[in-house]
Formats: sequence, structure tokens, C-alpha cells
Amino acid sequence: MSGNLLEQLSEIEKDAAASLGGADSVDRIEQLRVQFLGRKEGKLSGVLRQLGEIDPADRPTIGDAANKAKDKITALLDEKRKQLENLAAGKAAGPDLTLPGRRVWKGALHPVTQVVEEICEVFRSLGFTRVRGPEAETDWYNFTALNTPLDHPAADAHDTFYLGEGLLLRSHTSPGQIRTMQAFRPPIRVVVPGMAYRRDPFDASHAPGFEQLEGLVVDEGITFVDFKATLAEFARRMFGPNVKTRLRPSFFPFTEPSAEMDVSCLLCGGTGCSACKRTGWMEIMGCGMVDPAVFEHVGYDPERYTGFAFGMGPGRIAMLRYGITDIRTLYEADVRFLEQFS
Amino acid sequence: MNISYQWLRAIAPDITDTPDQLAARLAMAGAPADAVEYLDANLEDIIIAKVHTAGKHPNADRLSVCTVDAGTGEILNVVCGAPNVKAGAFYPFAPAGAKLPGGIEIKRAKIRGAESNGMLCSERELGLGRDHAGIMELRGDFTPGESFVPAIGLNDVRFVIDVGANRPDMLSHIGVARELAPGGMAALRLPEFPNAPSSNVAVASAQAEGTTGGLRVRIEDPDGCTRFTGAVIRGVTIAPSPIWLAARLRSIGLRPINNVVDATNYMLHELGQPMHAYDLTKLGGSEIVARRARAGESLVTLDGETRKLEAGMLIIADHDVPAGVAGVMGGLHSEVTNDTKDIFLECAVFDPKSVRTTRRALGLSTDASYRFERGVDWEEVRPAMQRAVSLIIAVAGGTADAPAIDVTTVERDAPVVTLRPARVKHVLGVQLSVDQIERYLTPLGFDVLARSADSLRVRVPGSRWHDVSREIDLIEEIARRHGFESFADDLRAFRPSAVPEDAMSMLENRLRLWLAGRGFLEARMAAFAPDSEGDVALLNPLSAAEGHLRNTVASGLLRRAEYNFARGTRNIRLFEIGTAFAAGDQGGLPVETNRLAGVFTGARTPPHWSAGTQVFDEWDLKGLIEDLSGIVGSDVSIRPMSDSAQQTAFPKLETGSSFEIVDPTGARVGVGGAVPANSIDAPLWAGQVYAFEIVLTDAMTRNESSKMRALPSFPGIERDMALLVDDSVASLTVENTIRGAAGPLLESLAVFDVYRGKGVPANMRSIAYRAAFRAEDRTLTDEDADRTMKQILTRLKEDLGVERRG
Repeated sequence: MSGNLLEQLSEIEKDAAASLGGADSVDRIEQLRVQFLGRKEGKLSGVLRQLGEIDPADRPTIGDAANKAKDKITALLDEKRKQLENLAAGKAAGPDLTLPGRRVWKGALHPVTQVVEEICEVFRSLGFTRVRGPEAETDWYNFTALNTPLDHPAADAHDTFYLGEGLLLRSHTSPGQIRTMQAFRPPIRVVVPGMAYRRDPFDASHAPGFEQLEGLVVDEGITFVDFKATLAEFARRMFGPNVKTRLRPSFFPFTEPSAEMDVSCLLCGGTGCSACKRTGWMEIMGCGMVDPAVFEHVGYDPERYTGFAFGMGPGRIAMLRYGITDIRTLYEADVRFLEQFS
Repeated sequence: MNISYQWLRAIAPDITDTPDQLAARLAMAGAPADAVEYLDANLEDIIIAKVHTAGKHPNADRLSVCTVDAGTGEILNVVCGAPNVKAGAFYPFAPAGAKLPGGIEIKRAKIRGAESNGMLCSERELGLGRDHAGIMELRGDFTPGESFVPAIGLNDVRFVIDVGANRPDMLSHIGVARELAPGGMAALRLPEFPNAPSSNVAVASAQAEGTTGGLRVRIEDPDGCTRFTGAVIRGVTIAPSPIWLAARLRSIGLRPINNVVDATNYMLHELGQPMHAYDLTKLGGSEIVARRARAGESLVTLDGETRKLEAGMLIIADHDVPAGVAGVMGGLHSEVTNDTKDIFLECAVFDPKSVRTTRRALGLSTDASYRFERGVDWEEVRPAMQRAVSLIIAVAGGTADAPAIDVTTVERDAPVVTLRPARVKHVLGVQLSVDQIERYLTPLGFDVLARSADSLRVRVPGSRWHDVSREIDLIEEIARRHGFESFADDLRAFRPSAVPEDAMSMLENRLRLWLAGRGFLEARMAAFAPDSEGDVALLNPLSAAEGHLRNTVASGLLRRAEYNFARGTRNIRLFEIGTAFAAGDQGGLPVETNRLAGVFTGARTPPHWSAGTQVFDEWDLKGLIEDLSGIVGSDVSIRPMSDSAQQTAFPKLETGSSFEIVDPTGARVGVGGAVPANSIDAPLWAGQVYAFEIVLTDAMTRNESSKMRALPSFPGIERDMALLVDDSVASLTVENTIRGAAGPLLESLAVFDVYRGKGVPANMRSIAYRAAFRAEDRTLTDEDADRTMKQILTRLKEDLGVERRG
């Protein structure tokens, strides 16, 4: 019997709390006060009236519980009443519109992704499409087909990760050139973004895995003039109409003539600053006319087809653009860093 | 490689550029200067001083107290910490008041009680090199007090240039001069040496072996060594080099050693031809031979290291034992020392691949090996040897034991390349006349043997045999000489790409943007993983912890979540789209899959003053992968993951709150769920971490658009039903039963409440569904809805024992 009464008390408490939740006026609060605590009709009084029917030894326990329930319900009623009164006062004053609004989390694409997408978008506007290639490659695709004998000093620049006999992680995205030429026929105008891997220790300026973006154009009648003009146009669309470009002779085994393309310094505009080592220029990509030996490796007639290829580092461009000085920042996935690119 | 401005101009007097102009021209010649160093910068205050006496400092073991003549008319007390200070020698000296290149001003001071009036300087203190083992001893005759820079010929500029692997010809002053001199080769002249003999040493030719000065010179390995020239010079006096020679070497950062060694180093940097001088008396059996090493042979090289020679390595040996690693480094035993009187000078051509293999095996790269690997000038070997003999006699005295010898094993003819002007236009896009082409090529040493309107026959000089053998190689020369800047920046019409856009990349981009919209931050990582998370091992990893290629992308993200926890970040939402690797066929390439993975933890939304913080739970995870499934394809479905499936999950997820995404064949394409506490190193304050990973397949890239569904024309009716469902019956089963029973009138069905407690029996819960009914062709009546509800409730009771909550 006494257990039953305790249960009833706790039901009454729950009931009161639930009813108060829906209360929306001071009048309603007072109604509820009568309903639960009223001397005659109140639910609590109903329980106390049953006290007489139970074992006298249990009476003090139930009495205590009933008093506590009364205090609790009273407190709830008072609190709710105060809330409603405040609300009414607030309505009279009007909402404080300077309080911050309700937001959702900001997501973001990685800064390197943003640069890759921007580069691809510019090249799309110049008639290119985007393709991809595997990250694990054979040494034929990574070196041989690109006219780079493994025992030539030119292979030294690529400290390559090996997976097995003749198998490696691509040390550049250039194997994408070979795979594209094998799978399709000209006219070819593609960009191949992706990860490349070199066995450099992870430090402020080297990452063992990094993004590269390869480009390839092959068709009849492509000349050095097309090569120079296309890449200069890319630079203007990517970095701004006033950016200047220059080609400097360089060496890559799979292009000839080979060049580096510099753009006028993105920070100082060409007057010379620490970022461009006071030269006014920034090296932005390696490029050149496709070497006939490469065409021969994929069975293209070099007398018929000519073309040009280029490769750049979107990570490096992202670092220049956003003022990132330590390449490791790109790969740490620090939320506080990534949030800045939303 | 280092190039001296003064040295270059001594060879090419018509180069009149300032150092800055020269740096710009080097860049456009394909050998950009990484640094331009003014060697005399900030050395105005340094003078030459002679140490009269050097005695121990009374209060310090490692210091000396010297008396120094700095030309001031008085003898100065100077405290010096260098171990090599000695009486009678000359050193650079910074008197009190002088400033060093670093900006430090030397002051008069008392050092441990001894007065010091200046500082005797090391190379490093003067910014001339890295050597700080001792002070810089100056060999030669100087006047105390004379200004340091002009006295040692240091008023020079050093260019640190970056030469491509295809241009070994530019690894020397003459090569750079050939490229940059406005007048080309014709304008070059090799400087004359003071005190040199009036004529070159005579040279005898021989096949395979010959003799000079009583020494037999023999090529035993004709593949590794194609040409071996040499000369015996008797009666040399080993001494410090004259100031001009020491200055040349210092200008390119080399430390002078002695006159004979310095002469060989000079020749290497002037002509690009490595040479080596042996002490003739140390060559046993009156023989020197180029041969392969034999098993078990070893050699102490000049650097004092004992090198085990592998059979097959190309070496130089005397009659009995190795005397040098051919093209890499000489041996210590036959080194030229102060006592040497007679020398043998070696000037040879070694096979690039052989030198490369050997120096890699020995882990030893030298100025000589660097040049042999890329290729030296076959045609200039003999003149280079003759010039070296003259230089050695000029600086060390003695006489050549003529004739010198020139041993060859092969006949080599210069390549002749056919060049078609039409092809030049085809590749370069500009019309160049035959005359113009010839004008570009001849200054570099190319010889036009014959010419017609449609072709030229071009002989390639020895300096360029290593990179010019094809028509395209000549076209590159022409393009460079024409000037890349001279080509028009003229964007012409083009044919669009015949290659289709990669569909997977497009899917990736849709997913990226969608996830960013859901508040996720994109991460990028290299594919390296510990062996517990990879099936494909690297043969040469950077570290054992990253010795494999990852087989899951989410695991790396968990490590990134830990990284963020460690920085106090509790709200984390990361995703990555990247490659995972599985082992391929035996000996074949790994199998790559493209995957989308994510991890998240913490608050569901940014904190707001209007409400308390709600944290992510498994329903956020499930909702996310449900929505994702909608993007990657409507035919994938999600189901709770069984315990057994859990064992193979990528990544490992918590039993009882994880899901798998399956394709129509039932094959798993993804997982998602709670990350077990033992799979992540999370601080106490961190919330539950959730992870998901989906394999992106080609099927998912087919973004087939569905037809629009017509909007309803007639009103519908909604009905709610709270059902008492036994715990053994899945909500999905109830849902499917309702759909089956309702037929076509059911437009949608949603769960809007799940309740346990009062009024609901134990082992059951109340699931409240809201059903929307609609007919396409008429206004639905209450009777229609009632009838359908009845069908549903009957079927539920019959099939599942599920009843409406009373």
C-alpha cells in the first residue's frame, strides 16, 4: 500500500512537469497550481487523504515524500511563472536583434583541391578534359616510355618508392600522358591531376606524397607557338590578365625543347621580393614539346603528330596563393586550418 | 656547379655583362643561378697579418697568445683559439674596429687576462666557406697590412648554377663561355699560364696499350674505358699554388691543396675534363691499367676510407694492386705528397653507366664522377691533357717525359645529323632560313658540312655528343638560340579534346561539394600506413610506421582526428576522397580503389545561445550514409552490420551501432558506425567518434537522370498509427508489411515517434507511423482511408502479431 502511494507521488511529479511544459500563460500556471496543490481538489491532497489507510509506521515516510513533492512542484510552478513573466516583458521590449543567428557548421574543400579545380576549370575553357591514372605504376610507364632510362642521371631527381620488381609509386603524373595516348587518339587535350610520390623526408618544403597536375596536347600541326600561347593564356586566366610569363630553357627527358614557365611574382607583381628571391619571377611549371621518342613508345608517328606537355604542383600554387610556408600544414588536417578555406 | 665571373671573362673577353645581367642570361640559357655571391662582400676591413710568435695562453689550454705584424708599425698581441696557428704564417686578420661579414665588430679586449687586438679569421668567419676547424692559412708571399681581398684575388663573383642532366658540356667554364659569349666559340681563348713551356707536349697514339716515360699504360676493359691519355712529368716541386691559381680555386669554393693537385682541379673546372695525378714511384711494376676489380680487392681512397671493391667495378690499378676507383676517386697510396718528385697525369674517358653504377655502389659522388656520369668531351681529351701538362710545369716545374701517350680502344666519329628546315617549322611554328639556322648552330661548335634548301648535314662537336644525336635535339638548340621570348604569344584555333571527361572525377566533385555543404572539411593525405592497415609493402619506406600503402582511407582520418584532439579541438568533421591499395596478382600492380571516407565527432551544430548543445549520435551517422547512398546510386541499400561482418569492416567499428552499405548483389561497398574506444586515442572530454567509408565504383559514376514525377491533382488523407511492436520485430519489417498491405494508395510512410514505458508492455515498443494516402485520379474519401488502414492493421496482426496501441 505504501509503495503504491510513493509511486503515485512520483507520477504526480512527472505529470506536473509535463503539464507545465505546455503552459503558455500565467493564468494557466495558476490553474495548474490548484489542480496539483489545491487543498480540496489537488492531486497531492488526494494522496494525503489515503494516509489514514496505511500502516502508521509508514506514515512519516510518505508524509516526507509528499512534502518534498509539494516543494518540487511549487518550485517548478514559480520558475515557469517567472519565465512567462520575463517572456511577456521581453515581447514588450522587442527581440534583441544583435544576438547571433543560428548557424550550421562550415565545411570546406581542401585548398589544394580548390586550386586543382580552378586549374582544371581554366583548361576546360581552353578545350581540355580531365582524366586520371593509377598511383602505382610500372617503371615502363613512369620512366621508360617517358624516354628516361633508369640508369641515366635524369632519373636521379626522382627518388622513387618501389613496390616490387619494376613496380613503383609514380614519381610524377606524367605516366598519365602515356596512358592517355594509348587509350585515345588525337586530338588529345587533357589534364591529369593526382598524387605523386617521392622519397623525400617530410619537412617544411618536401612531402613524400604531393599533388601534381599533368597536361598533354597532341594533334597534327601543334607547334612551339601553340605551346607558348596556350600556357601563357592559362597563366592569365588563372592568375589575372596582367600576369607576365616567360619560358626558360630546361631539361626533361620526355620533352624537347623543354622549358620552365615562370610567371611574374604573384606577391610583388615583378618588382622583386623575398618570395621570388628578388627576381620578380616565380617558377610555376615544367613543360615542353613532346619528345618524338615518347610518341614512338606509344606507336604514334612523330612525323604526323606533334604536341606539348606540362606539369605543375597545385600544392605549391596553393602555398603561394594562401601564404602557407610549411608544406606539412597541407597534410595535417588541422580543423582550425581547413575551416579557413570554407 | 660554381662559376667564377672573372674566370669566365678571362675565357670569353667579349662577355661584358654585369653579374646581374649575367645571372639573367644564365637563366635564359637553361642554367639558372641559384645564388650570386659577391665574394668580397663586407671584407673591406680585413687585412693580411703575419704571426711572429704563437705561445700558449697562461690561463687557457685551448688558446694561444700570438704576436702579430699587421703592417701598423707595431707588433700586436692577439689571442687565438685555432689549433693551426703557427709562427711565420700569413692569415686574414680583422684588426680592432673591423667589421666581419656577419656585422660583428671586432673590439680590443682582454681574454682570460691576455690582451687581444684583433682576430685571426677562419674561412667561415669571412663568409668564404664552411671550414671552421682552424684559421685560414694563406700560402705565398704577402706584405703584412695589405688588403686581404685583392691580395688573394678574391674580388670576384660566384654563380651557383643549376645545370640540367642533359648538358654536361656546361659543367665547366669553357662550356658556359661557349653558351654565353656573344661571339660564340670563335671569341673564346684559353688563358696563358705564366712560366708555361713554349709548346705542348708531344703525344703518341696507341691501341689498347702504350708506353710513356717508361710506364706501360693499358686498357684491359675496353667497355669501361675507351680512352686513356697520360703523361709522365719528372722533377716537380710540390708547393703551395701561386696566388692566381689559388684564387681561381677559391673563387669556386675549392680549397687549394698543392700546386699539382690544384692544377688538376683547375683543369676539371676550366675544361670539364677530370684528371688525376699519381706519384709515379708509388705505381708498382711500371704499369697503370684500366680494368675491372677482382673479387676481394679493396682500396683506401684519398678520403682515407677503405673501400671494398666489388668484382666488376671499373678501377685503375698498377701492375699489382688498385690505385684508384676509375672516374670517382684516387687511392691514398699513390697520392701526390710533399715528397713527390715524378708524377703520372691521367686524363681518360670512362663509360658513364659504369661510373654511375660504381659510385652508387660506393655511395661516393665527386666532381669527377659527376662529369663522367654525364659524359666528357671525347674530342678534347688529348688537348686537355696537354694543357694540364703545361699548367703543372708552369706551377710545379719539372719536365714532361715526352712523348705523352694517348691510348684508345675504339674509333669514334662525330655524329652527323640531318636537319630539315621544314621540320624546324613543323615543330617550332616559325619559318627560319637556312642561313639563320646555320648562324644559330655554328657558334656552339656545330659544323654544317653540307646544305641545301631542304636539308642540312650537321656535325656534332665532342662537347655535345651526349645530348645531340637527333634532328629534334638540333631543333631544341635552334629554339634556344632563337630565344623562347621571340616566339609569338598567339593563341590559335584548336580542336577540342577527343578524350571524354573522367566520370569518377565528376562524382568525386559532387561528393566533395555535398560533404562541404554538410559541414565537412576535406583532408588530404599521402597513402602511407602502418602494416596493420596495409596489404602492399613498400620496398624502401621512409619509416617502418609508414611502410605500407593504406587499405582503408578512414583509418588515416582517425589518426587525424587524434591529431586534432591533441590540439584541443573537440568538434571534428573530416572527409577525404583518396586511393586505397589491395595486393594485386603475384608480381603485378596493386589493385587501387577510390574511396570516400569521413570521421566526425562533437556537436551537431555550432553552439547557439538559444539552446543547449546536442552531440552527434548514430542516427546522424545513419542519416548521412543514407543521404550519401542517394548520391552514389539509388540501388545501394543500408543494413545493420552483423557481428561477423564486423570482423572484416574497414575501419573497425563498434558492434551494435554500425551499418553496411550493400550493392544490389549484396556485396558490401561501404560501412559506417561508431568507432570503438580502443581504436582511437581520444581524451576523456572527447565525444563518440563516428566513421564511414564507401568504395566509389564505376557504376556509381553513371548519373542516370530519372523522369519528373507529376505533382498530385487531388487531395490526400493522412492517418497516424501507434503500433505495439515486439523487440524481435524490426521496424523495417513493419514498414515493409504496411507498404505491402496498403497497395498503391500509400503515398508515403514515416516514423514519427518511438516510445517505451507506461502503457507499453515490457519487451515491446510503440512505433508511431504517419501514412499519407492519395489516389491519382480522384479525391480520396475517409472510407478509402479507413478501408486501407483496416487492411494494414489486419495484415500486421496476422503476419507479425503487431497491434495498434490502445
